[in-house]
Amino acid sequence: MSGIDCLTSLEPGRCAVVNDLTVTGSMRRRLQDIGLIKGTRVEYVQRSPLGDPVAYLIRGAVIALRSEDSDCVMINRVN
Amino acid sequence: MGLNKNSGKVIALAGNPNVGKSTVFNALTGLKQHTGNWPGKTVTNAQGYCEYEDKVYTLVDLPGCYSLMAHSAEEEVARDFICLEKPDAVIVVCDAICLERNLNLVLQILEITSDVVVCVNLMDEAKKKKISIDLPGLSRKLGVPVVGTQARSKKGLSLLMQQVDESFYNPSSQRPIKIQYPDYAGKGLTAQEIQDEKVKVLITTAEDICRDIVRYENKSYDSSDRKIDKVLTSKLIGFPLMFLALLIIFWITISGSNYPSRFLSYILFGIEEYLLSFFIWLGVPKFIYEMLVLGIYRVLAWVVSVMLPPMAIFFPLFTLLEDIGYLPRVAFNLDKCYKKCCSCGKQALTMCMGFGCNAAGVIGCRIIDSPRERLIAIITNNFVPCNGRFAQPYKGKQNCSLVLIM
Repeated sequence: MSGIDCLTSLEPGRCAVVNDLTVTGSMRRRLQDIGLIKGTRVEYVQRSPLGDPVAYLIRGAVIALRSEDSDCVMINRVN
Repeated sequence: MGLNKNSGKVIALAGNPNVGKSTVFNALTGLKQHTGNWPGKTVTNAQGYCEYEDKVYTLVDLPGCYSLMAHSAEEEVARDFICLEKPDAVIVVCDAICLERNLNLVLQILEITSDVVVCVNLMDEAKKKKISIDLPGLSRKLGVPVVGTQARSKKGLSLLMQQVDESFYNPSSQRPIKIQYPDYAGKGLTAQEIQDEKVKVLITTAEDICRDIVRYENKSYDSSDRKIDKVLTSKLIGFPLMFLALLIIFWITISGSNYPSRFLSYILFGIEEYLLSFFIWLGVPKFIYEMLVLGIYRVLAWVVSVMLPPMAIFFPLFTLLEDIGYLPRVAFNLDKCYKKCCSCGKQALTMCMGFGCNAAGVIGCRIIDSPRERLIAIITNNFVPCNGRFAQPYKGKQNCSLVLIM
């Protein structure tokens, strides 16, 4: 399964590579600051008990993203 | 309050949030510090004095930030200070465990000034996780001095000051890395595309530097952390565990503070009688000694005996939770509930702090990024009953259970 999708749709335990960010302004810079640029590898780590937010491993740091923020991150799945 | 340049050279302390920047600051300045409010800013910089070999330096603790591209008040303050106040040196504190992420800020500061000393903190934590960092190599690549420290046990701090000191007298030795940006002119890029490119160059530069410098001797260095996380934030026992932890803390605080409370009030109210008879013996008019002893002294005695013990128990316990890293997991667990109320999961922490003292809870609200969510957290913190507003602890067990039910 490949093709462009948003980060929210990534399944538990799987990895992906960032393709694009669909948000502008300060949220875009915030996502860039945590290392989310084109080509960054992202790994699904853990869901919170209520399903949202989800923790991802990004450049060696575990970062929790709310679904509305991970919706803005377009990814390519990798195996 | 502005900077007093006469009091020696000025050193700014920058770094990402949660890298032990304040620990470094406190260790270097001791108790010789105060908070300064810079004109037109609501974010404060702590300022202190640090002595090294008979020279006094002014140390300014900048707010923690990930970048200088200014999209929050903290970043704006940090950037403006480095650009406009022109400190004589900048110490950038980094977290040894995720150095690559921290280098983003280091590189941005190196673009502004070459008077930089990089302080790689938490070396002990990195060692525990079997992450080795080639500090001389990093220093060569960045072109500025790099010092490894363990601020909590005050290791490496004198070496840090020595490097800062040397950089003052030998500024030409600093040849910071020049970041190569491609030529954007004439390509018709939008402002956002240029921004994206700049960020990309910074991040890939940091990645390149770390590739040779940082070695993970144990590939699964964080696997045990992950396993604990899976339990702490699991669907089944994440919440029960959290409530249990809070319940235990409250139980220890409330029932534990009964004894010192009783003891303190016994002592303090015992003194009251002697004070009263002393004033009567002196022949002080009744309305004066009643005001002093039955008014001021008695209230003071009440406040101290009721509020001091629970605070002295609650805050160390809370610090313990913070130290083992449980608090971010609580925020992670509860974020969705708080999102429903248009606020942020981190508010769970400031509300817990509020149980100890609302003032501490409100100050803690600075950890919340969004200004709106932060304001909500500050205003609603008042509704958390602090220690002083708990039922009098030593009145009996029924009060204790009442508070727990609340």
